[in-house]
Amino acid sequence: MSAPMVDVQRLTVDFAVGAKTIRAAAGVDIEVEKGETLALLGESGSGKSVTLRALMRLHPKSARIGGAIRIDGRDVLKMTAAELSRYRGGIVSMVFQDPGLAFDPVYRVGDQIAEAVVRHTGVSFRAARARALELFERVRIPSPERRLDNYPHEMSGGMRQRAMIALALACRPKVLLADEPTTALDATVQIQVLLLLRELQRELGLAVIFVTHDIGVAVEVADRIAVMYGGRIVELGPCAKIIRAPAHPYTQGLLMSRAGDGTAKGGRLVAIPGSPPDLANLPPGCAFAPRCSQVIEACRKATPTAAAIEAGHIACCLRAHNQRRYS
Amino acid sequence: MSMIRESDRSRIPKLAADPQDRGGPGTPLLSVGGLIKHFGRTTGLLSQGRSVVRAVDGIDFEVAKGETLGIVGESGCGKSTTARLIMQIIVPDAGDILFDGEEVGSHALSLGEFRQQAQMVFQDSYSSLNPRLTVEDTIAFGPRVHGLSRRTAIARAHDLLHRVGLEPSRFAGCYPHEISGGQRQRVNIARSLALEPRLLILDEAVSALDKSVEAQVLNLLLDLKEEFGLTFIFISHDLNVVRFMSDRVMVMYLGKVAEVGPAESILALPRHPYTQALLASMPSMDPDNRTQEAPVSGDPPNPINPPSGCRFHPRCKVVATLCAHSEPAPHDVGAGHLAACHLANPESGHPRLAAA
Repeated sequence: MSAPMVDVQRLTVDFAVGAKTIRAAAGVDIEVEKGETLALLGESGSGKSVTLRALMRLHPKSARIGGAIRIDGRDVLKMTAAELSRYRGGIVSMVFQDPGLAFDPVYRVGDQIAEAVVRHTGVSFRAARARALELFERVRIPSPERRLDNYPHEMSGGMRQRAMIALALACRPKVLLADEPTTALDATVQIQVLLLLRELQRELGLAVIFVTHDIGVAVEVADRIAVMYGGRIVELGPCAKIIRAPAHPYTQGLLMSRAGDGTAKGGRLVAIPGSPPDLANLPPGCAFAPRCSQVIEACRKATPTAAAIEAGHIACCLRAHNQRRYS
Repeated sequence: MSMIRESDRSRIPKLAADPQDRGGPGTPLLSVGGLIKHFGRTTGLLSQGRSVVRAVDGIDFEVAKGETLGIVGESGCGKSTTARLIMQIIVPDAGDILFDGEEVGSHALSLGEFRQQAQMVFQDSYSSLNPRLTVEDTIAFGPRVHGLSRRTAIARAHDLLHRVGLEPSRFAGCYPHEISGGQRQRVNIARSLALEPRLLILDEAVSALDKSVEAQVLNLLLDLKEEFGLTFIFISHDLNVVRFMSDRVMVMYLGKVAEVGPAESILALPRHPYTQALLASMPSMDPDNRTQEAPVSGDPPNPINPPSGCRFHPRCKVVATLCAHSEPAPHDVGAGHLAACHLANPESGHPRLAAA
């Protein structure tokens, strides 16, 4: 079998804050095949966006990145500046949460897309504008010819995000990274953009990594879900397994604390106590131990390694290790 | 017109006799009628024309004592403007706001008296706190303004901190930047309770919190509601959370009420196509049964030039010619459930009604 499209091994990202070092990603392993969508699910500070940005090398120089990142067979951490600028947009591109900030406010949206096409493929500006029009039709922006001449502020939030997706796909990348692309959108618009991303992913055979804090959004788009906590992936598995048979107490807690159809009126939610961990001050052992309802003494001593629950479903929890042993 | 029926009132918990309760249990705590707010906007440096943002364009609703009214809607629907109009943070262009039967800002109920009894919690827990005040000073600020001594006010602050789950000995002296988002929102809730209000308006109060913390704060709000006999207006874009919190739900679209009624009936049997679309837009939690088709297309239109007739008609799947020129009035479809859609009114002449 050939190597996966995205192959990340033991990724660490350290930021120096004053005299302290904050380890925002602490040994993340990710493999994504061509045509597959992986959702990185986590709360603020779980390391999901930091991991995603490391794949594009978007962190400032002061950030120290360790481990290995290979995408489409290339070693991303060894790329020179020239290689990086061909790689960004050409092989991998990203859709951000706020398309209002990702576009330059003083240029027409169509020209910004055309500029990217010209730089990457060397075609004429006229041909690049034609490509931009084709992309606008592809992401189903109404009256696309007219919209190419819009400035970002003239578009609604949903349309800007469609334009952002068009820009990301302009140079036919193989990998699409999406960082909370629908979080800033209204509910009726969010579902449209999710369906669009799902359709494009299928048609273009993209490998997609989708960062979100919303488990419902992850279920709509992902083949597999990786749950992150305190800079680590604590559980990884097929979407249906994570939703129906979560193995890590954090994943279980997240699912239980959701207000949903089944929640009794007047009852209380089953909440996870405490707050998300402070990365500058992580507890020894399992980062979730202080909030975990099933904690045992050993949890506070060593960081649990990944245990396979079954093929393709792993959890970093001592209980998962034990379950495997006894079952 | 009363939107709360007698049968509904029985569901609402009885409150202990409250000396502040002037109107009696039958009077709604809050009654809003014909509320309008248009924001003027110049269209450009050279043009003389003015366009108007119809943020809230004639809405009526009531909140009974002890109930939670959930308000849902997308950006630009006017839900936050409504909250600010009730609090008189912005002044309405027209409309009546009655608090326990008395007009807000009148001789009987001055603005100062009203604001002691109605408080608000905002979405951004950090920007709604003064960064130069410690947690205890923040909570004690209101009571001190209203004449309590520093010692008594601080004692009350400590008591409230304890009730919102923050140990006073650890948190009283902290500044807002030293504590987490969830803890800051607990401080905001404690501050809102410092003047012993009767009405609490929660404007997306849990939306910025992490999911694992959101559940804690929702539980806390329910506990406090019981303990202090509060009435809530709970504004959110998250239907799951609104379903969990609310007795009645009001759905807004472009400055108008699309549908209002008991929570179970609105969320289980929505009659307005917009409410139906909103519910169908929620991500599915079943990997084998994902959403296949978007319930509506496009973004919510700009409230500057809202569509004629029914404001939802350009995005509606069951639109008829009638909808473009005639604005549907709220129609009672039973048990205090009102829907502003021609399809909800058998006499509207909507062609689909004849076909059925």
